[in-house]
Amino acid sequence: MTDPLFYVFYSVTHYSLNSSGKTFLLALGFCLYFSFFSFAQSPDSLNQHPPILTLIGDDTLDIDEGDTLIIAVSSIDLDGTIPLLTAENLMDSAAFIDSLNGQGCLVFAPGFEQEGNYEILLIASDGVTADSVTVAITVNDITVFRTSRIAVLVFMLIFSGAVLLYTNWAKKGKTLFVRRIPGIDAVEEAVGRATEMGKPVLFIPGISDIDDIETIAGLAILGRVARITAQYDTPLYVPVRYPMILAAGQEVVEQAYLEVGRHDAYDKDTVRYVAGEQFAFTATVNGMMMRDKPAANIYMGAFFAESLLLAETGNAAGSIQIAGTARPEQLPFFIAACDYTLMGEELYAASSYLSHEPLLLGGLKGQDFVKVILVAVIILGVILMSFDIGGWFKHLFVVP
Amino acid sequence: MRTTVPVIVAFLSGFVMVVSFFFNPDRTFIGRAQDVVLQWVTIVSGFTLVLGVFSIVRVNGRAVVRRTEDWPFKLATVISVFAMAIPAMLPVSTTSVGGKIFYSILPQSWGSWFGTGTGSIYDWLFNFVDSPMMETMFAMLAFYIASAAYRAFRARSADATLLLLTAVIVMLWRVPMGEAFLRLFGDSIPDYLNTFIMNGFNVAVQRGIIIGAALGAASMSLRVMLGIERTYMGKG
Repeated sequence: MTDPLFYVFYSVTHYSLNSSGKTFLLALGFCLYFSFFSFAQSPDSLNQHPPILTLIGDDTLDIDEGDTLIIAVSSIDLDGTIPLLTAENLMDSAAFIDSLNGQGCLVFAPGFEQEGNYEILLIASDGVTADSVTVAITVNDITVFRTSRIAVLVFMLIFSGAVLLYTNWAKKGKTLFVRRIPGIDAVEEAVGRATEMGKPVLFIPGISDIDDIETIAGLAILGRVARITAQYDTPLYVPVRYPMILAAGQEVVEQAYLEVGRHDAYDKDTVRYVAGEQFAFTATVNGMMMRDKPAANIYMGAFFAESLLLAETGNAAGSIQIAGTARPEQLPFFIAACDYTLMGEELYAASSYLSHEPLLLGGLKGQDFVKVILVAVIILGVILMSFDIGGWFKHLFVVP
Repeated sequence: MRTTVPVIVAFLSGFVMVVSFFFNPDRTFIGRAQDVVLQWVTIVSGFTLVLGVFSIVRVNGRAVVRRTEDWPFKLATVISVFAMAIPAMLPVSTTSVGGKIFYSILPQSWGSWFGTGTGSIYDWLFNFVDSPMMETMFAMLAFYIASAAYRAFRARSADATLLLLTAVIVMLWRVPMGEAFLRLFGDSIPDYLNTFIMNGFNVAVQRGIIIGAALGAASMSLRVMLGIERTYMGKG
């Protein structure tokens, strides 16, 4: 704050206020100073601080031959310049990309003849001063079995064992307690409301294709919802974005109508393909909401930027709304605009919960058991790392 | 049979994907099998595209024939499907499939209108109709966020007030003028906000949700693979 311009601006702003209680205007004056006059500083004053380069993640990494490693770096310069990022000692199959906004990334995809240890120097420079970070990469030779992935195999075996054990207990008749999930309980209530109002139910199984497990979870819930609509004789609309979901969705809904003995009420166009483009799909569904005014909108699956567009339109149409997604970045939008939201794992639990089948609930209990183990591992890791003796423990969970 | 075959297919596909993860793709067939299965998914998806077109034409075409409410919009949809698809599929020159017969009827200079290359009808519709409409829809998100934020940030309870205060601080930090204002109280204030709110509380909660969701997804995959979960086929 040694700039004479600052004092001139401060004095003019301060004395022009001529009374107390104008703090906001004074603050605004300060902001204008920083926003508009900082460019007037001399080049020397701009380079008072060296840039700070931060590696996002570890500086010691393992990778198998044939895999791809992406290392992100971020840099800031307190003087306000954008540091230039470069890399030295780059080996074959490695490239460094400077996004020219202070961010950059190193991409390394070692071939099957690149076993060994490498050190790469990443540099952030503002033209006068610089900061650097060294990254050590070990490329593991792989023969037939990827021994570096053994930790995943062990975790998978523990997880599968726990799920199968609880499923087996459930099969033998052991009572399993599963906590109440209000969002899932509300599904039946929402369909009931639609029936009373004589309006349709709109179900969207996300906008991802069938290879996304969230979509499978959405289709499983669709089967449950379709049974209820079939029993109550309530119209059901299921717009989809991918033809594969169209085929699978039609099968699910038809089977649900068949199982409750209402196959005559099944309409093949209940599940309909509307558009392949994300926002064309959104526009079509929003149009359906505003024209048909469904009494209940149920969103279950993978959603992206369209989540709020859909949920806000449904809210404006006055529908009761239940959403479920495992995408943490979309959850705030659904929570703000929907009556009930299933968060993360609740989406996957929904079909089991709705079915009340002990066999399916066994899977949920097994999952909870593994979660307890994970919490214990995380607490142990935090304690060990806090005392700086957890390097070996952390390494157990590093999977290239 | 109707249930058994899909369960076997689901088990084998899932099993191959899991086992393939542990083997070298360069030296073993099982290591490469993952890519093979994913290629099959793409091929099957291609076939189902016909089902999608058939569905969209049937649903909208029926509405046009019956003159239901808003039928002109449905007609526009059907016309759009064919307006994009047909010129893109027509041969671009005499060397293309069916090109010789096609250009014995039409002048060869029309070739540049067809296919998906620069200057084609498809390209024009994509750049000047499709893209602007998509961007318009996306841009509308700003207004939707404003109305959702207004509802979410009403300080009706202690929780909502905390949310409001956090949001105000984060928003203040995210805009340049706000950041400059915060720096008046110390150069490190924006960095502290980033560390404690965004990289601290926010990341901790997100990771909790992600770990739970990942376990849920793994559990569901296992149930599907073993045929315990058949609800995605409408069974159970």
